[in-house]
Amino acid sequence: MKYESVWEGPGERLPLVDNHDSLGSVTKEVLRAAEVPKPPIGWFIGLGVASTLASCFGLLIGYLIFTGVGVWGNQNPVMWGFPIVNFVFWVGIGHAGTLISAILFLFRQKWRTAINRFAEAMTIFAVICAGTFPGIHVGRVWLAYWLFPIPNQMEMWPQFRSPLLWDVFAVSTYFTVSLLFWYLGMVPDLATMRDRANTKLKAFAYGFFSLGWRGSTRHWHRYERAYLLLAALATPLVLSVHSVVSFDFAVSQLPGWHTTIFPPYFVAGAVFGGFAMVVTLAVPARQIWGLKNFITMRHLENMNKIILLTGSIVGYAYSMEFFIAWYSQAPYEGFVFINRATGQHAWAYWIMIFCNVVSPQLFWFRKCRTSIPIMMFVVMCVNVGMWFERFVIVLSLEQDFLPASWAYFTPSWVDWAMMLCSFGLFFTLFLLFIRFLPVIAIAEIKTVMPQGDPHDPLGGADHHHDHGSAEGGQE
Amino acid sequence: MGRYHYVFPKWSNLLLPGALLFGATFPLYAIYVVAYGFSPATTDVGYMPKQPIPYSHALHAGELGIDCRYCHNTVEDAAHAAIPPTQTCMNCHAHIKKDSPLIQPVRESWETGEPIRWVRVHDLPDYSYFNHSVHVNRGVSCVSCHGRVDLMEEVWQEEKLSMGWCLECHRNPEPHLRDPSLVTNLAWKFDGEAKEETEYHAKLRDQFAINPSQDCSACHR
Repeated sequence: MKYESVWEGPGERLPLVDNHDSLGSVTKEVLRAAEVPKPPIGWFIGLGVASTLASCFGLLIGYLIFTGVGVWGNQNPVMWGFPIVNFVFWVGIGHAGTLISAILFLFRQKWRTAINRFAEAMTIFAVICAGTFPGIHVGRVWLAYWLFPIPNQMEMWPQFRSPLLWDVFAVSTYFTVSLLFWYLGMVPDLATMRDRANTKLKAFAYGFFSLGWRGSTRHWHRYERAYLLLAALATPLVLSVHSVVSFDFAVSQLPGWHTTIFPPYFVAGAVFGGFAMVVTLAVPARQIWGLKNFITMRHLENMNKIILLTGSIVGYAYSMEFFIAWYSQAPYEGFVFINRATGQHAWAYWIMIFCNVVSPQLFWFRKCRTSIPIMMFVVMCVNVGMWFERFVIVLSLEQDFLPASWAYFTPSWVDWAMMLCSFGLFFTLFLLFIRFLPVIAIAEIKTVMPQGDPHDPLGGADHHHDHGSAEGGQE
Repeated sequence: MGRYHYVFPKWSNLLLPGALLFGATFPLYAIYVVAYGFSPATTDVGYMPKQPIPYSHALHAGELGIDCRYCHNTVEDAAHAAIPPTQTCMNCHAHIKKDSPLIQPVRESWETGEPIRWVRVHDLPDYSYFNHSVHVNRGVSCVSCHGRVDLMEEVWQEEKLSMGWCLECHRNPEPHLRDPSLVTNLAWKFDGEAKEETEYHAKLRDQFAINPSQDCSACHR
């Protein structure tokens, strides 16, 4: 029964795992990426490119620290240039992971199981990339610990009224909880890898990190309790983190930034960009590592539906900003938005509108939602568009209150190189993850197969007491 | 099943209570070490370098009652508190104890013109700005920062001189205020009820419009 159809009649659902008759073959197939003695050449090439870029990122950071933040294009009046654009972009990407792992889990959306593991991994790697930028933007990086309220002889504290400090707490909490969630969910699978290890080192490493998991009922009981609690804990974070990130702008009293729509609009944008990145990664990953039976077209289609929804929310927010600027009759607010659409950076604004608002509209059509080339086109647009969204927002600094200081922001080569190289860091981590960790939650995905359902004939339901549908039951 | 099987050894059961104990106590330990070990109270207070001449503040400023400003004569007009030139010593020592072997280096300096290499005790970092005159003229006594120098044989650093310590007074200056005519009277104590003392300080604050800055740029210019 090999099909990639996505048709669902009333009351029926397509299987979440295709082409698997037993639970054991699932383990084997998922772990192939980590267990093949020699990964495909594409992996080596990818890792080579990505790790080179990641190393360049390190060198660039060294250059920045050694020379000073003047190597960036940040210049009066645009003091927040690429660093904050990249920060918000990467933090946003990180949102899909928690949404999938926490919110979809609490809503019992079973289709999340195939994609949650690597969406969570993506979250963690994206937050690492994000955290780098404010970390190096402080100028004197050796004093970056001043971000935290540590008792000190100077009796100097961070400014608790500043959203930049709230950001420190929001992002570090988010990172910690995401990491715990990711790791906790992985423990049973790590134990599986431990038991299948073919070298001593692997057996020890996976054994160490699986914390002595034996799969007893008590283990499972505690595991599921802990997972549920963490999911509940992580749920508010999905909303809070990007709300706080939006406060960086919304709390400052600048036209175009000081609006109440920012938190919900940023959260929707983050989920939008995050899901686009999940699809961006999932499509090649399922192709290269043969995971099509787990990440089926149904999964991709569901994600595309979320992209359509959140993309439309973002589009609504863009238009509402204009409406409020007109409705409030505040001349400065009005100027900012007219200037965004027609001013010197209008090209960036229209790229953003096309990528974030126009291109996802293709997903109204099932044909487009289930076509790999079209969905890749759309999610690539969204990746670009969401970067430009932050660029457009930050660049309203170009026209500040003093027309004499108006300027045209020009990024330096270091700005561009750092943005590019942060992708190198991201993909290095991701490729290493694919090679060394279980990319799909093996234990969890088995529970959404009929073989894992005790009420299903395939899962061992007693066909004598069954209501006549035990044909083909596996005994 | 793989060929190798990793099982935690039995002693690893001890790791859990060990880790919990470590997790519970280490932060306390770290805070203690940082708060006390790295504090200027530990690293700086009590610094008493050896001076080229065993000059006794206890004798000159204490017993003989020479005013601080006789030697450190710039404190009322300048940011810097001057270290006296040999001339200031010789004002008296040209006549008093002029043959004492203890002041041989002073006479030598006087004859050759080579200044005496006093060792600085109270040394603020170069990135912090401090102005003596603005403090002394508005009733902050020498004793607030330097301690009872009139009782010290050799001068040591009495206070932390840390940023937090400066801020302590900038946030609540009143207890350190007195009539500017009393600033060099290191032994002075307010004579009266606690309530009167509070009023006295408040009045001085009002009189001299004392509103110390807590801006970074006040000291880091």
